[in-house]
Amino acid sequence: MRGNAETHELVAPGSLPAVLELLASEPGAWTPIAGGTELMVAHAAGRLTAPRLVSLWGIPDLRFIEVRPESIAIGAGATFLDIRNHAGLAAELPLIAKAASWIGSIANQSRATIGGNLVNGSPAADSSPTLLVYDAQIELVSARGSRRIPYSEFHTGYKSNALAADELLFAVYLPRRFMRHKQYLRKVGTRRAMAIAKVALAATALLVDGAVSEIRVAAASLAPFPARLYRTEAAMLGQPITRKTIDEARGSLLDEARPIDDIRSTAEYRRRVGANLLEEFLLELKKEGSPK
Amino acid sequence: MSTGRPTIRFTVNGEVRTVQAPAMKRLLDVLREDLHLTGTKEGCGEGECGSCSVRMNGELVNSCLVPVLQAEGANVQTVEGLASNGVLHPLQEAFLDCGGAQCGICTPGMLMAAAQLLEHNPHPSLAEIREGLAGNLCRCTGFMRIFESVLAAATHPAQPASEQAAHAR
Repeated sequence: MRGNAETHELVAPGSLPAVLELLASEPGAWTPIAGGTELMVAHAAGRLTAPRLVSLWGIPDLRFIEVRPESIAIGAGATFLDIRNHAGLAAELPLIAKAASWIGSIANQSRATIGGNLVNGSPAADSSPTLLVYDAQIELVSARGSRRIPYSEFHTGYKSNALAADELLFAVYLPRRFMRHKQYLRKVGTRRAMAIAKVALAATALLVDGAVSEIRVAAASLAPFPARLYRTEAAMLGQPITRKTIDEARGSLLDEARPIDDIRSTAEYRRRVGANLLEEFLLELKKEGSPK
Repeated sequence: MSTGRPTIRFTVNGEVRTVQAPAMKRLLDVLREDLHLTGTKEGCGEGECGSCSVRMNGELVNSCLVPVLQAEGANVQTVEGLASNGVLHPLQEAFLDCGGAQCGICTPGMLMAAAQLLEHNPHPSLAEIREGLAGNLCRCTGFMRIFESVLAAATHPAQPASEQAAHAR
């Protein structure tokens, strides 16, 4: 059944302070909407339950990408087209630019925002694994002030997160210390364009004297929410990349992953492809090392 | 619940237009129903097919996913705004010449996506055309003639209007 525009209220206060004031005045009553690539789809299908929405689109305070000494800051309102076109991100943190280029079509990328992607919290979200392996921090704001937390602590369950009812995701901070890491991202979907991931794997690692001295691995669609594979990482840390290490890492991933069967794929396929992607990453790391 | 019908003003194809509509009404429906610009088509209604593509503030968007309130103050271009003074846009000429349109439902969206691509990349490779149009689905042409049309338009981007008219059809 198609949604009825008359049954939803939408307001556009136009500035960040005005939005925060509205959220503070009636915590939980207002649902933020940015580029609409998720909520307008639900609206079209008659599945949008939020009666009152507040628009974040066009608020300049939220749409920015800034290269700072320690990090690159991405405003929650930056679109994926903004992200894929940013030279600084492409040079230092290319996985996020690559993930952005895989999200839907150009028309989707010019409206979909990174804040929307993260708050929506799909287990298949394209940007999430890259933020996890870049050890991103996020900043949450409200009329009460702001706080910064590791992105790895943002998702707390399927489609649930650490935002309080009056809070908004403000920005993502990517540390500028991955230039010397081997960086990896691969997405497996039904077709090259417009496909939601069956499974995707992102990783960053440093190899020192032939042994793994630092490693982060995160996946899409291998758990109910975007999360790092900490036990799989632990199986590789400090190890040289041998057949034995690879087999142990594969075993850890197969054990740690919690995929499901759904319309896009099966749990078994996701588990096996996830392990294969991890092996591909490790073989590349062994062959190429981390950049000098 | 009183959701109201705010007055929303924006520019469409160079003309300032004012509508009174529910804020959550889709830009697609406002264009078609309120402004009678029926060149923009609805395909899937969920941002997958690109039939409803228009340009908003210089960016390509699916108008089915834009609540009209977010178009307040925006500069919108639809397929009706591609031709100027009765002279077709080079892309429209190329689609005619190369058989880039069959049933026509996807064509306005294809044209807008292609116009967006050529504006940023006047001489795209076939791979870049494929990527630029990846969000636009066609069930008639098999895509090849559409890609050829865009290549043809990119090869002859600056023909004088008289020459364009002479080789049409």
